[in-house]
Amino acid sequence: MMAFYFSRLVEIFPFFLKGLWMTTQIAFISLFTCTILGFILGILRSGKNIILKRLIGVYVAFVRGTPFVVQVFIVFFILPEWGIQLKAFQAALLAMAIMGSAFICEIVAGGISAISKGQWEAGTASGLTLIQQLRLVVIPQAMKVILPPLVGQYVLLIKDTSVVSVIGVMDLTRVGWVTVMRIPEGLMVFSLVGVLYFVISYPLILLSNYLERRMAV
Amino acid sequence: MRPGKRDDHMLADFNFRIIFEYLPLFLTGLRSTFFISGVSIMLALVTGTIACACRISSIKLLKYPAIAYIEVIRSTPLLVQIYFLYFGLPTLGIRVPEIQTGIIALMLNSGAYIAEIIRAGITSVDDGQIESGVSSGLNYFQRMRFIILPQALGATVPPLLGQSIVLVKDSALLSLISVMELTRCGQTMTSERFMPTEAFLTVTFFYMCIYFCLKSLADWSQKKLIFREAY
Repeated sequence: MMAFYFSRLVEIFPFFLKGLWMTTQIAFISLFTCTILGFILGILRSGKNIILKRLIGVYVAFVRGTPFVVQVFIVFFILPEWGIQLKAFQAALLAMAIMGSAFICEIVAGGISAISKGQWEAGTASGLTLIQQLRLVVIPQAMKVILPPLVGQYVLLIKDTSVVSVIGVMDLTRVGWVTVMRIPEGLMVFSLVGVLYFVISYPLILLSNYLERRMAV
Repeated sequence: MRPGKRDDHMLADFNFRIIFEYLPLFLTGLRSTFFISGVSIMLALVTGTIACACRISSIKLLKYPAIAYIEVIRSTPLLVQIYFLYFGLPTLGIRVPEIQTGIIALMLNSGAYIAEIIRAGITSVDDGQIESGVSSGLNYFQRMRFIILPQALGATVPPLLGQSIVLVKDSALLSLISVMELTRCGQTMTSERFMPTEAFLTVTFFYMCIYFCLKSLADWSQKKLIFREAY
């Protein structure tokens, strides 16, 4: 029986590759948007505008305090009530962007706060504008602190894409879930799903370990 | 499109009555979430400690399985691990209730992260400390007991509290294998009354309460730690 199911699994392997492609798509698009949004929010958070800082603080607390699956449900079920209709794929990307940008915002704000005030003052004294100070002086130095946790966060984001399968996005986890209904070999099916996730995220884990060692000095 | 589309203000007809009606359900859900998280974090601490002990030991037969366990858990999503056990255990002939499957999954998942937290704490102890222990004639266990662990364990308290916050949030995924916890209550209310706004905002409220309690505990322990290190 095992062997029979195994050959069935080999037969439908292209289905898994489709799921892998979907997961990769969601992961890449959301990593990109999260990084941009996260940097903007992080820079604003370490700025001087108190109201803006508070607002971002509330947003970050909301995202960090609730499970991602609840956030996905909120985006997918509550937004339509307010007249915003989203397809599952769009809802997935929106939920990922909301969640990821909050975590990256914290990392960026932490990195910027690690830069001493003297650096900013030296920038001002050299006649740089605020944008130039950020771009030429602060961010390049802060990157040293930001990069290792950022790559670590990327790994977490890739893994969190599995949660969007609950709203019917045909990603790797959903493919496994559908398959297990037809091939009742849970261990085999989800080992395969696990291996495919491992293939995407393990290189990033190694990169994050390397960066941590490299930047620690 | 549902009839009677909501307009004006987004929460114009936010229905508190229905929330009160469902409050007993939410409270059982909350209790279940507490129970699952509490039991899982205890078991995960035990698993994590054992895994860490194996990870740092010099016996290869213990070290490499521990590395494999930690790396596999860290590079696959929790949801896949939950489904692996949920659909996999019955094929091995093991039939347990969903809640136990869920607790095992959370225990194995958090155990791997806790092993890494404890290991980071132990490796953060300065080499000079260990050398002075060696030169004072202490053996391995005495060095662990009197020098390394007292210093290392303090440093692990804030990240362990951080991990318990993560675990409470992770327990929401058990709703997908129909464990009746907080998120599942929100889903139940949504499917019975078609009121996702009320349902999920209530769920959010409860999770935020747990988050703020654990977060202030974590911040407090961090402050306490810095204070102690200053002397």
